[in-house]
Amino acid sequence: MNHEEALNLVPAYSDNELSVAEAAGFERHLNGCDECQQEYAEQVRMSALVKHNAVYFEASPQLAKRLVAALPKAQSSKKTNSIWDWNWIIAWGGKGAVMASLVAIVWSTSLFLATPSFQEKLTGELIASHIRSLQVDHLSDVISTDQHTVKPWFKGMLDFSPPVIDFSSSGFPLEGGRLDYINGRTVAVIIYHHNKHPINLYVWPDSSKDSGLQNTNRNGYNLVHWAVNGMDYWVVSDLEARKLTSFAESLHNQLGKPMKARGQE
Amino acid sequence: MPHLDSAFNLARWLTHGNQEAEDIVQEAFLRAFKFFDSFHGDNGRVWLLGIVRNTFYTWYQQNKQQSQYTQYEDDLHSSEASFYRSAEESNPEAILMQKDSQRLLQEALRELPIEFREVMVMRELEDLTYKQIADIIQIPMGTVMSRLGRGRKQLAAILAAKTQQGGSQ
Ligand SMILES: [Zn+2]
Repeated sequence: MNHEEALNLVPAYSDNELSVAEAAGFERHLNGCDECQQEYAEQVRMSALVKHNAVYFEASPQLAKRLVAALPKAQSSKKTNSIWDWNWIIAWGGKGAVMASLVAIVWSTSLFLATPSFQEKLTGELIASHIRSLQVDHLSDVISTDQHTVKPWFKGMLDFSPPVIDFSSSGFPLEGGRLDYINGRTVAVIIYHHNKHPINLYVWPDSSKDSGLQNTNRNGYNLVHWAVNGMDYWVVSDLEARKLTSFAESLHNQLGKPMKARGQE
Repeated sequence: MPHLDSAFNLARWLTHGNQEAEDIVQEAFLRAFKFFDSFHGDNGRVWLLGIVRNTFYTWYQQNKQQSQYTQYEDDLHSSEASFYRSAEESNPEAILMQKDSQRLLQEALRELPIEFREVMVMRELEDLTYKQIADIIQIPMGTVMSRLGRGRKQLAAILAAKTQQGGSQ
């Protein structure tokens, strides 16, 4: 795939609309092309910005009432005062979709947020951020191998305190920290490396329940996600999955410990 | 009412006010009801959004001579029913900053040409696939892709210009 072709396909790639074969060809080009990487990062960034921050206009209850009043009642012999026109919903649902799922789709906005594409969009953003961080020396805003330097740096920048732990002894030395913008908010990024492979650890507060390690591979990068004590954690790297997971496990074990056991966290 | 929020959200993003959007949604639902027998697809939402869009463009053709709406309701203040998907911050300054950036984003989206705005609303807010968007607008999937790509680039440019203006005040 040449540059022109790849550049044209950037939106489809960032929307997960390419076939597996097309995506593979695209990625071969992307890995070596700055311009396409920038274009990709911009597409992912703008897409996420609109998705998470643009207003979603909900219909007013008055509009639903008005519609029920305006719609012909011919299909239903019984008069109903409810805004649910069940006959209609059943008829509509009968056209290929199971009614229950249709009702669920209509009424559950939380479903909207839980669709796989939300997760896909998030991993896309994380990878775009990871790729960006590898360019033009923007890996770290604060460069230090000392956790007692990196940790205070985040203070005053953020309304939460990310854990900064050095793992030199296990072969994953701390390299620094920076701020980034993911999923519509400012997040902490703590940078490690292992044998010249940079590792970005993304941290932000999240009210969802604790969850164990989950691995994903996308665009040739490995990601591990977990949540503990009200924080969301993502590690992203080109490091092989097994090693990245063992790193994530040691982090997870440290973070899972009660606060006191970790001392001055 | 199935898919009412989706219908209203699209109509509201195509028009500039609640009243117009509600009229279009009502007209679209009446048409959908009337032509329900002609629906053979498996996705009622896609089918309905196509009708909403056609209803809008018919209305727009009829009305564009009379009203060149120079004024429109301020989205953020007029729509109590709307909600923000983004996480809430506890810090009041952060809320102000977020409100401000949301206002900028809202304005920037309004400035986008409608053919870009509609594909972005369908993609990002309604979570539709290229194929579904192509079916609604009746354009090739490649055109959906290029409109999304150009729309996002233009949005980034508008936002960059707005942010600079704000900073120099
Ligand atoms: Zn290229």
